[in-house]
Amino acid sequence: MISNPNIVNPLKPEDYSSEVFPTWCPGCGNFAIWAALKNALSELKLPPHRVALSFGIGCSGNFNNFVRANVFHSLHGRALPAAMGIKLGNHELTVIAMGGDGDGFAEGLGHTLETIRSNVNLTYIVHDNHMYSLTTGQTSPTTALGAKTKTAPLGAYEYPLNPLALALSAGGSFVARGFAGDIPHLQSLIAEGVSHRGFSFIDVMQPCPTFNPEMSYDWYRGRVYRLDEAGYVPDNRFRAWEVAQAPLDKKIAIGVLYKEDRSILEDNFPELSKTPLVKRDLNKLDIRPLFDNFK
Amino acid sequence: MASELITIKIGGEAGFGIKVAGATLSKVFLRAGYEIFDYSEYPSLIRGGHNTFEVTVGPRVRSCVRPVNLLIALNQQTFDQHLPELSSDAGIIFNGVKVKPTSKDFRLFDVPFSELAKNSGGTELVKNTVALGAGLAVLNAGVEGLLMLLKQVFAKKSPQVITMNLNAASAGYDYVKTHFKEPFPYQLKSLPPRDLMYLTGNEAVGLGAIAGGCSAYFAYPMTPSSTVLEYLTKSGPKVGMLVRQPEDEISVLSSAIGSGFAGIRAMVGTSGGGFSLMTESLGLSGMTETPVVIFMAQRPGPATGLPTWTGQADLRFLLHAGQDEFPRMIIAPGDAEECFYFTAEALNFAEKFQLPVFVLSDKNLGEGGMSVPTFDPAKIKIERGEWLKEEDLAKMGQYLRYRLTASGVSPRVLPGCMGGVHEANSDEHDEYGHSDESAKTRTAQMDKRMRKLEAALKEVPDPKLYGPKDAELTIVSWGSTKGAILQALEELLSPPAGGGDKDGVGAVNFLHFTYLWPFPTPNAAQKLLSAKKLLVIENNHSGQFEGLIKEHIGRVPEEHLRKYDGRPFWPHEIVEKIRKHLSN
Repeated sequence: MISNPNIVNPLKPEDYSSEVFPTWCPGCGNFAIWAALKNALSELKLPPHRVALSFGIGCSGNFNNFVRANVFHSLHGRALPAAMGIKLGNHELTVIAMGGDGDGFAEGLGHTLETIRSNVNLTYIVHDNHMYSLTTGQTSPTTALGAKTKTAPLGAYEYPLNPLALALSAGGSFVARGFAGDIPHLQSLIAEGVSHRGFSFIDVMQPCPTFNPEMSYDWYRGRVYRLDEAGYVPDNRFRAWEVAQAPLDKKIAIGVLYKEDRSILEDNFPELSKTPLVKRDLNKLDIRPLFDNFK
Repeated sequence: MASELITIKIGGEAGFGIKVAGATLSKVFLRAGYEIFDYSEYPSLIRGGHNTFEVTVGPRVRSCVRPVNLLIALNQQTFDQHLPELSSDAGIIFNGVKVKPTSKDFRLFDVPFSELAKNSGGTELVKNTVALGAGLAVLNAGVEGLLMLLKQVFAKKSPQVITMNLNAASAGYDYVKTHFKEPFPYQLKSLPPRDLMYLTGNEAVGLGAIAGGCSAYFAYPMTPSSTVLEYLTKSGPKVGMLVRQPEDEISVLSSAIGSGFAGIRAMVGTSGGGFSLMTESLGLSGMTETPVVIFMAQRPGPATGLPTWTGQADLRFLLHAGQDEFPRMIIAPGDAEECFYFTAEALNFAEKFQLPVFVLSDKNLGEGGMSVPTFDPAKIKIERGEWLKEEDLAKMGQYLRYRLTASGVSPRVLPGCMGGVHEANSDEHDEYGHSDESAKTRTAQMDKRMRKLEAALKEVPDPKLYGPKDAELTIVSWGSTKGAILQALEELLSPPAGGGDKDGVGAVNFLHFTYLWPFPTPNAAQKLLSAKKLLVIENNHSGQFEGLIKEHIGRVPEEHLRKYDGRPFWPHEIVEKIRKHLSN
C-alpha cells in the first residue's frame, strides 16, 4: 500500500498502482493498457481519489486489483450501467469503465448501445482480444471468421461484430481504436477520450499470446497505421464509417475515427446543474407542497 | 357490510377514461369529508377491453367492499356483467338509448348521457362527466364539489373545455333531480372537513422516496410499478431527484448500485418479470455491500401472467433470489400511509446496514386509491449509517472498506474523499476489497455480511396487533391484505344490529406483518407461538408466509385462506371464513 495516500502532486504513473502485481500472462496486452491508463491519468493530473473505475468480468476485470483509485468491480457485461450510476451520482468524478469484447459486445451489448446513445460523460475502454481468455479460449463476438476456438473447433462461423461501426451507428460522439502495442499512442487516446465532453469509446486491439496467438504483436504491427499520421481528420461520420469497414486482416487504423461536440446526458437533468447529487442536503427537503395534488 | 358504507362502481370500454372519472368521484367524496378506498379492474389493453372502477365511501373505510350499491353503466357489458355484484336495493345509471336494461330488479336511472353531453356544448367525450353529475344527484350529494374539482382539473385547458365540462356535470345532475324524485336508499351528505389525502399506494411510495432522500430513481416501465416511475418523473426533479429510464432492468439495478457506491440514495422499481432480470445485480449489492432500495409491485405470474391483476406470490422469490447467501431486508406496507413512511425507512435501513432492501407491494395496494391522514414529513428522520470523513481518514493508516466489525457494518467513505480510495468488489475480497479466495477470508467476510442481518433484526419493528389482546383465533397476514382484514374485523367485532349474540366480539384479532425479513423478532415469535389458533391469509397458492412460520417458528397454523385468481380479498370472504370457523 502507498504509505501516504494523500500525495496529490506531482502525480506519477505508479501512484495509480495498487500493491498487487498483475496476474496476467506474460506478454498480455492488458499490461500495456494498464500502463497507458496510469500514464494518461498522471498526464491529466487526476488524483486517484477523484477517479472512479468500473470493471466487468474477464481478464480485463481483474484489473480492479491492480489499480489505485475508487474501484467498482461489477458483473459480467455490467461495467457500463454501474459507471453510468456512479457518474450520475457524482458527476464531479472522472469515470472510466473497462471490459472485454465478451463483456461489451455479448453479455452487455444492450448497455453498450444505450450508453453510447446517451452520451453520458464517461470513457469506455474495451480490451478487445477477440477471444474469451479468462475462461480459457472460447469464441467471442469479435472472433475472426474461421478462427479456431474451444467452442468452434472447426473455426468461428458467425460474422464478427464490428465495434467501431456499431459505435458510429449508435451515434457515438467519440469513437476511437487503440493498439496495446503502442503505449504512448494509447495513452494519448485515453487522455483525449477522458477530456472529451461526452461518451468516449475506445476499442483497444489487445494481443492474447496464450489463447489467440495468431493475432500476435507482430501480426498487428504489420497492419496497424496511425490515422493522424495519414492526415485523417475525425470530423466526418461517413468517412469514419469507411475506415471502420476496413477488414482487420488487411489494414488496421488506430486513432480517433470520429469526434463531435453534442449535448451530453447530464445536460438533460437540470437537477445536476448546480451541484452533484451526492452533495444534496437530505435534511432540507420540503415535500409538503407536493401534498396539494392529493387534497 | 356495515351499512354506512356505500360502494359505487363505474364501468365502460377501455380507453374511455373510466379510471379518471372514478378518481374524480373519489376526490369529490374525500373533499366532502369521507374516507374512501377504490379499486379498478382493467385488461392489459389500450382500447376495447372492459374497464371498471369501484369506490367505497363512508365515515371510516379500510377497504373496498361489496356488494355494489350504485352502478354507473357506460356500456351494455357493464350493465350485464355486474348484476351479481349488486345489493338488492342498488341503483343502476345508464343511457337507455345505447344500453338495454337486462334486469328490472334494481332502481333504474335512465339518463341520456350522450344527448345531455351534446346539449352542454360537448362531444361524446364528456359523457363521463354527465354520468358523474347524475351519480352525485342519485346519492343526494350536491354537485358543487364536482364543479369545483373540474375547474381545478381543467385549469390549464381552454375556457370552452372548462365550460363544457361544468355544463355537462350540471346537466347530468339536474336531469336526475328533475326526473327521479323518489329518494335513493344510499345518501352521501357532506361531513365536516378532515385533514386527509387521497392517493394510491404507488404515489405514496413515490412521496416516501422523495421524503426519504432518494436522489436517483431508476426504472423500466412494468405494470403495476410504472405509476411510481411516472409520478417521480413528474415530481422528483422539483426537489432535485434524478429519474431515469434505462434500457432494461439489468441496467436499472446495476446503475442504482453504481449510484449507491457513489454515495447517494438510489432506488429502483419493478414487478416480478423485471425483477427476474435484476436477480444477478441483487447479489452484486449483497456482495459489494452497496445500499439500494428495490420497490417491487407484485402481479400474478409466472412469465407474463396477469399483467394488470394482483397477487402476493413473490415473497419467497425476493427472499431467495440470487446465488448463494447474503443479507437482505423485505418490508411490505399494508396501506398508502405505510407505503410512505416505510419507503423512507427502507432508504435508512439500506444505508445503515449496507444491503438491498425491498419495499414489497402489489397491484391492489399500488393502484388502489385511498384516503389517509395527511403525511407528516417531520416524522421521517434521515439516518445515513456510518461514514468516515477526510479528517477521520487522515488520522488512520489504511482505509479498509470491508473491515471486520462486531455488527458486520464497516464504515463507508464517499468516493472522492482524499485518503479514502477503495475497492467495491464483486469477487470475494479481503478487508481492503482486493480479491481473496482464501478459506479464512471467505469465512470471515461471509460471517461479517450475515451478522448485519442480526443487527438489523434488533431494529425491526414488531408486527402490529389489531383487535383484542387475546382471542380464540388470530388472523396472520402481511402487506396489502391489511385493509380487507381490518374491514372484516370492523364487522366481526361490532355487535350485530338489533342486538343478539356478540358474533365475533373478543373472539378474533389480527397480527399484521410488514417487516417480513429478517424474521422473526422475539416478540413476533412469542405472539405466533402463544396464539390459540392461527388463520393465515395470503394472496398466493402455497402459503408463502405460512411456510416461514412453519420454518422459523416451528408451529403449523390451524387454518388458512388463500386466493390466487388475480383478485384481492374482499372483506366479506374473510368474514365468511371466520364465521364458519367460529361456528364449528
